[in-house]
Parts: sequence; structure tokens; C-alpha cells
Amino acid sequence: MIKLIGILVVAVGFALRFNTLLVVMAAGIVTGLVAGMSFHEIMELFGKYFVENRYMTLPVVLMVPLIGLLERHGLQERAETLIRRTKSATAGRVILLYTLVRQVTIALGVRIGGHAEAVRPLIAPMAEGAARARHGEIPEKTVQLIRANAAAAENTGNFFGEDVFIAVGAILLMKGFFDALEMNVSVWAMALWGLPTAIVASVVMWWRSRVLDQRIARESAESGPEDAP
Amino acid sequence: MRTLITVEAFYVIIGAVFAFMAGQVALDKTHGKRWGTAFFWGLLAVTYLFGKLLPPAAVGYLVLVMVVLAAARQVRRSEERGPTRAERGAEAERLGNRLFWPALLVPASAVAGTLLLDKIHFGGFALIDAKQVTLIALGLGALLAIAVALRTTGAKGHTPVVEGGRLLQAIGWALILPQMLAALGGIFAKAGVGTVVADLVARALPTQFPFVAVAAYCFGMMLFTMCMGNAFAAFAVITGGIGLPLIVQQHGGNPAIMAGIGMLSGYCGTLMTPMAANFNIVPAMLLELKDKNAVIKAQVPIALVVFAANVIIMYLCVYRF
Repeated sequence: MIKLIGILVVAVGFALRFNTLLVVMAAGIVTGLVAGMSFHEIMELFGKYFVENRYMTLPVVLMVPLIGLLERHGLQERAETLIRRTKSATAGRVILLYTLVRQVTIALGVRIGGHAEAVRPLIAPMAEGAARARHGEIPEKTVQLIRANAAAAENTGNFFGEDVFIAVGAILLMKGFFDALEMNVSVWAMALWGLPTAIVASVVMWWRSRVLDQRIARESAESGPEDAP
Repeated sequence: MRTLITVEAFYVIIGAVFAFMAGQVALDKTHGKRWGTAFFWGLLAVTYLFGKLLPPAAVGYLVLVMVVLAAARQVRRSEERGPTRAERGAEAERLGNRLFWPALLVPASAVAGTLLLDKIHFGGFALIDAKQVTLIALGLGALLAIAVALRTTGAKGHTPVVEGGRLLQAIGWALILPQMLAALGGIFAKAGVGTVVADLVARALPTQFPFVAVAAYCFGMMLFTMCMGNAFAAFAVITGGIGLPLIVQQHGGNPAIMAGIGMLSGYCGTLMTPMAANFNIVPAMLLELKDKNAVIKAQVPIALVVFAANVIIMYLCVYRF
């Protein structure tokens, strides 16, 4: 039981809004100490995992120079202009369409999209542009809501599409787990049984995108008379 | 076989970007916390440039210093503003749809690279390591896209690094959170936290009922993923501790259905936890959201409905097929 103290440290630290890095490091140190490691060994583990996981930061850092350059030259404004010409576009529909494209492509093993690669430069500005085209200038809190939903679409499409493809990390990890126990479980069966959940996730995103459009309509109406062009 | 391009080459490029940022902040007299901030990015540059050469403990202590700097509020973004909306609008007008080509080049080259790069050989040399193909394809795609974007926009060569640095400063210390959480997950696993959680769940519930076994397994996957921030770490522990003994061995369930839907139940946990920083916190910073939990809040309804569906689908199918 005492080994769960790290989880307690994380829960309390997050609840009291201490600096997240500090909470994480403290949880690691406390857990390591109760498991009988020395402080130096714990630092060694932090260093080892920190270096091994540098790849996690790679997509963001490699993409931001391109995003910054293109945004300086009006990428977001251009994406908004383009979406304004599409009469039927709404923020919710842009986000739903992105989720579906993301789900289908990754189910076929094609990785397009990502928070830095697509959401920040293209999808979020398009969704914001669609909302502005319908409701004029929208309040800041609504802009934030649209962006958060665009990020949620990326995660939902990614998570509930990828397991349908057999060569993805998750399926191979499960295969490895069963192989180690000498159980013969087919990768095809595991991938196939990802389909029902993938369909449920699409339907849930359809519902969330409608809720989003309704909230945008309500919040922009509340914020005063429309000053649409 | 030797390889010509490895991910390590991109770590060096990234390290150089961090070093440039550190220098830029140190020279910026208007920056409120320029020494602390410059020191933070400088240390991060060291871990990227020399990460493989330094002993792990040395990196660990460097990380400790970075954490202390962040916790002492010494790491801030600079006040410098970019071009106004009107200026950007004028640029958008001038360049039109040509702006999209570099942005679309990244996914296109990522796909092409993933399919082709690991097949290229020169004598005894492979062009790249097949295991790293996705990351390298993305990296090469990004570099190519920057070159094209520089030509299209006519911007100066250092602009991408300056603008990229501005965005990275907006993300700030949260940039290293995913790596820190991966380290915490590793320490949790070494200390045996998972087996304790699995034991607790299995002992606290009446798992002699087939439905309870399914619900306990899915819930365990979700809960433990929320604690670890990673469904992969939860999978081995919860499947070994709850799924296999209860669903498969005791009640005769189908292991493929259990595992497939169990992993997806874990992903529902990923959607709801700040521990999964690279999916939830870093994107919130990247999109310049004021509430760093805004992405999680948008995802909670999605996660709960998909989770409930997972439990029902698994219960209806796992004992039948």
C-alpha cells in the first residue's frame, strides 16, 4: 500500500495547483525512496528515462519553426478566408470531419495530422473562421472552447482509429504480452474488435460537434448584437 | 547494418534550436526573468546535444535544476509581440493558397517517407533505421517544408528559428512534462505500483459475476491509465492482474476481445488525465489556452460515453465469441 504514495502526491499536488514538474519529480522521488532506492539511483532513473523519451518532444519542436514562419505570413488568416467561402461549414462540422478523416486514415496505417502538425496551423483556425463567418466576432471564451474541442478531436480520432490497424504499437504490444505467456492470440482479431468502439467514438464526436455549435450560437448571441460584416 | 540518418541527428538540430533560444533570451534586456529562462533552455539544449554521452545521473541532476527553476517561477516567456492581425491578413492576401503547400508537404512526406525510406540501401549502409522511420520521415518532411516555406514567403533564413522559439517559449516548461511523466511511469513500474493497484481492485469487488469482472477490468484499465498517463503501461499490469485471471481463466472469455477493448478503455483514461501531458497539456499550451485543463474538460464527456460503450460491448461479446 505504501507504494501508492506517489499517486497520492500527484493527486494532492495537482489539486493544490503546485508546479506540475515539481509534483511529478517529488512523486518519483518519494516512490523511489519507499521502494528502497537511493536518491542518486532515482536521479539516474530520471536521467535515463528523460534521454530515452526525447522523441516525445520531437514532433512539436520540429514543427514550430514551420508553423511560426507560415503564421507570420498569414496561414491562419488564409485558412479562415477559405472556410468562409464554404457556406455550409460550422466549427462543429470542421471538427467532426477532421475526427473522421483522422480515424479512417490512421485505421489504414497512414499517420496524418497531430496537434502541432495540423490542429494549430489548420484545423483550429478553420473552425474559428467557420464560427466567425456565421456569428460575426465571437467572444474570447468561445474561441478557447473551439480550440479545446479541436484538440479533443485530434486525440479522439487518433486513439479510437489506430487500434483497427494491425501494425500499430498498441496491437504489437498486446501481441507481445500474449506471446510472452505462450498464448496464441491473433492480431487480426484484436484489430477487428476495435471497430465497434471506433464507430461509437464517431457517433459521440457527432454529438459533441452539435453541442459545440449550439454553445457557439448561444455564447456569441449573449455577447451582444452581431457585428458581422 | 550501419545507418546514415538516425533520430540522434534531429536531437542535435533541436538542441541547437534550444541553445539559440537560450542565447536570444539572455541578450533580451526587456525579458523579466532572462537569466533563469536562458539557463532553463540552455540546460535543455545540453540534454539534447549530449544526452547520449552524459552519464544518466548527470542528466538527472540537470533535470532537477530545470524543475527547481520552473517551480521557482524563473522560467517565463518574453513580452515581444509578433506582427499584427492586419499585417498577417495582408500577407495572406499576397500569398494566397501557396501558404498551404508547405503545411501539406509535412503529412505527404511523412506518408511517402514511411513507405519508402526504410527500403533504401547504399552498399552496406541503410539510409535510416527501420524502427525510427516515422520520426525520421516527419523530421525530414518538416525540414523540407521549411525550405519550401522560406522560398514561398521570401522570409530571412533565421525567421523560422526565431518564430519557432517564440512558440516554444509560449509552451514553456510544459514542453518537458511528457518526458518527466514517462520517467515517473518508469519509476512506478520499477517500484511495483501496478501490482498493488490490480490486487486492490480484484480484492475489493465481487468478481465471481462475469459482468463485474468485465467492469473491474475496464475500470482498472481506465483508472490506472489515469494514474500513469499511459495505457501501454497499464495494459500489462491490469491485464495480468485482473483481465487474464478473472475474464479469461475464471469465466472463459475471449482474450483477443478482452485485450482489444481493454486497451481502448485505457485510452478513455488517457483523455481525462493531466498525466498524459503530450496529448492534453502541451496541446493546450500550443493553442495558447488560458486553462491548461481545457482540452481535458472538452474530452471528459467523450471519454465517459465511449467507456460505458466499451464495458457493454465487451460484456456482450467477450463470453460469446
